[in-house]
Amino acid sequence: MMPLVLTITAVVLSLAAGGAIIRIARGPSLLDRVLAADVLLAILGAALCIDMAVNRHLNNLMLLVSISIIGFVGSVTVARFVADRRKQPNES
Amino acid sequence: MSPEAMSADAVIDAVSAVFMVVGALMSLGAAIGLLRFPDLMSRMHAATKPQVLGLFLLLCAVGLQLRTWWVWPVLVVAWIFQLLTVPVSAHMVGRAGYRTKHLHPELLSTDELEAVVQQAAGKRGFTDDGEPHRD
Repeated sequence: MMPLVLTITAVVLSLAAGGAIIRIARGPSLLDRVLAADVLLAILGAALCIDMAVNRHLNNLMLLVSISIIGFVGSVTVARFVADRRKQPNES
Repeated sequence: MSPEAMSADAVIDAVSAVFMVVGALMSLGAAIGLLRFPDLMSRMHAATKPQVLGLFLLLCAVGLQLRTWWVWPVLVVAWIFQLLTVPVSAHMVGRAGYRTKHLHPELLSTDELEAVVQQAAGKRGFTDDGEPHRD
């Protein structure tokens, strides 16, 4: 059963990462890109969790926690220093 | 090994497989929401699904697959850490998005922040996070 689960989750997470990358590329604002990068980190953490569950080890747990630290620090920093550079409002 | 133990093993495997697939689908739902929702606030709503519920389901799958008791406190600590950091960053992103007006005001049902911002800007000439008004 585990190879089937691994295939399903690999396909689903690849599609999700592709969607998040499309949103990072397309934009339109900096905060949208930060949010999509946060989701991309969450998808990466999900992949690490599935690797741990299928192969039955705990090697990635510290990596998972540090990924959530990186997402937290990054999004808080960008949100603190973001500025509005658009000509007309509400074009998001 | 007795047949009962075998079936319990199979049940735990099946439950953790369901958890893994549903947790992966949370990520897919967040990506679809990021692509299809109209503005920053609704995209933030979609983006929190894999960060909290998806991570919960996947950590439960890890704990079920390892079949030991001592991993559960470690997994709970990892999940609680995510629970503590995600609302803070979401609050900062949402506040910055409100300030830089990345929202459609016609889609909001209530806007409780607007009165506070107006009052703080009018009273002191400062915004409510302590910075001078630069507009």
